[in-house]
Amino acid sequence: MKNSLSKIFLFLIFTFLFLGVYGQNRFPKPEFDSGYEQPSPTKPEPRSNAMEILDVFVLLAALSLSSWLAIKKRSRQGILWLSIFSIIYFGFYREGCVCSVGAIQNVALAFFDSGYKISLTILAFFLLPLIFALFFGRSFCAGVCPLGAIQDLLVINPISVPSWIRKTLDFVPYLYLGFAVLFAATGTDFIICRYDPFIGIFRMNAPYIMIILGIAFLLLGMFFARPYCRAFCPYGVLLNWMSKVSKWHMTITPDECIKCKLCEPSCPFDAIEIPIDEKERTEDTVRKNVRRFSIYAILIPLWMLAGGFAISKAHVFLSRANPDVFLAELMITNPELIDDTENLDIQTFLESGKTMEQLVEEASVIRMKFKKGGWFLGAFLGLVIGVMVMNQFKMRKQDIYEPHKGNCFSCARCMDFCPVEKKI
Amino acid sequence: MAEEKKLNRRDFIQNGARITAGVSIVGVGVVAATKSSKDKYVWQIDPAKCTQCGRCATDCVKNPSAVKCVHAYDVCGYCDLCGGYFKPGMNALQTGAENQLCPTAAIERRFIEEPYFEYIIDEDLCIACGLCVKGCGAFGNGSFQLQIRHDLCDNCNECAIARVCPSDAISRIPANQAYIIKGESVANDES
Repeated sequence: MKNSLSKIFLFLIFTFLFLGVYGQNRFPKPEFDSGYEQPSPTKPEPRSNAMEILDVFVLLAALSLSSWLAIKKRSRQGILWLSIFSIIYFGFYREGCVCSVGAIQNVALAFFDSGYKISLTILAFFLLPLIFALFFGRSFCAGVCPLGAIQDLLVINPISVPSWIRKTLDFVPYLYLGFAVLFAATGTDFIICRYDPFIGIFRMNAPYIMIILGIAFLLLGMFFARPYCRAFCPYGVLLNWMSKVSKWHMTITPDECIKCKLCEPSCPFDAIEIPIDEKERTEDTVRKNVRRFSIYAILIPLWMLAGGFAISKAHVFLSRANPDVFLAELMITNPELIDDTENLDIQTFLESGKTMEQLVEEASVIRMKFKKGGWFLGAFLGLVIGVMVMNQFKMRKQDIYEPHKGNCFSCARCMDFCPVEKKI
Repeated sequence: MAEEKKLNRRDFIQNGARITAGVSIVGVGVVAATKSSKDKYVWQIDPAKCTQCGRCATDCVKNPSAVKCVHAYDVCGYCDLCGGYFKPGMNALQTGAENQLCPTAAIERRFIEEPYFEYIIDEDLCIACGLCVKGCGAFGNGSFQLQIRHDLCDNCNECAIARVCPSDAISRIPANQAYIIKGESVANDES
């Protein structure tokens, strides 16, 4: 008796399991007499892995070519043609995805989300331009990055921007980078991809506002050359760091600088360092600057603390960008929305069978991540501000015309202005 | 002499910074590589989670959407009165446009034998609104389902519909098994 009962019990369990797997098989599959053959659903394959690896090789070739053109061949024309190739290949053909700029977020997500596996292609897209920058300067920006290349083609009448505006704008990419990493690491959003102004142009399809933004950037770029690269690009921050210590950066002159000033107006990006008059370097100013420099150096930890405090305080506000946190908060503050049949998110949540407690629990975990991440982000931004302020009083030695290794895009425009011939 | 020494110090700092930068890139690379996969990943909809909210039709960066209705014939009951094909409360069991649920008439109804009908989706017309999927799921076996078609999908770094999907049904899956089709995927789900 007991045995048969347990058999029935088992049978019932298996039936339920079976029903669970097949969901709602209300009508059994018919058996056909007419010799009908059931078709199977087509499955168009995604772009093959081999093609993705090809992309990495194209990137590698383009980076090598760009570095060779800037440093050895010193050819602006070559870089121009390479830019056009990159716009066509990485831009219009690959439709802007995969890209090194966006790859920052994949790397950040891979670091913080154990469930996420970054594909090696994306990792290669992230690392290769940085490695090249460490040796050859920002050859990626020169003619490989499609976002930079499309702006570069439209540099028509660049104006020189006062240095205080430039220095203020220099901070924005750090901000963008910091927030992009925070949002990616908390699994909230990929803001770099979402607000990429040129991807809509490459795809010839985007929300209206993004197309307008893209065109606005291109029009602005006619006068303020490469606005996205200089005032926003988060990847530019990393390239800038690498390029600053690059081993073989391109030079304006093929030989020795004769300080003729001819190259001075040639750079549309104000990236040429002009010689500093040694006469200004009196004993008095040196002493004053050294004192100020040290005071601001001591202040850096304060900047970091203040930044960390400010941003972690803002974690409640920032975490609303996360859909789970947003939903939880919405349902707590507006419980009457449960009856709102128009609100898809709430209705789907109610149907999903998840309890309110589970949702709030998940949301608070994400919110705590924002709080912790806020401290790191704030400290990072504080450090950046502190160092920027401190560097105002850095005494530099500059006796020839040189590209600023961090900011120079290696576009090679200045080379044509240099009258010096290479000595053989 | 003093000049030379100064230059050397500068070189030393430069070299040190260069090595630090190089080591940090390699470090990031190695750590990320331990969390990497040789496989390519693509976005796909899990039909078990999908609630046919209709956002696939409106939020994909492609227009019309790269999501299409796919017919999992294995699960289909070949019903005469198809909940995915006919509007609820239609006038008669005939294929007039006023009776069809699909707003673009992308489903073809074909007679096989009494009393069975085959339903074929014309993907060129499908806009991924999910009405048929919902209808079939409500009254039938649920053999209609939404899938991202990889010949159309751009495989964006962040999928625009994954971001707005209210049921979190869209996730990255390995590209060598790029579809989750009802009936077929049962074996895979189990394992």
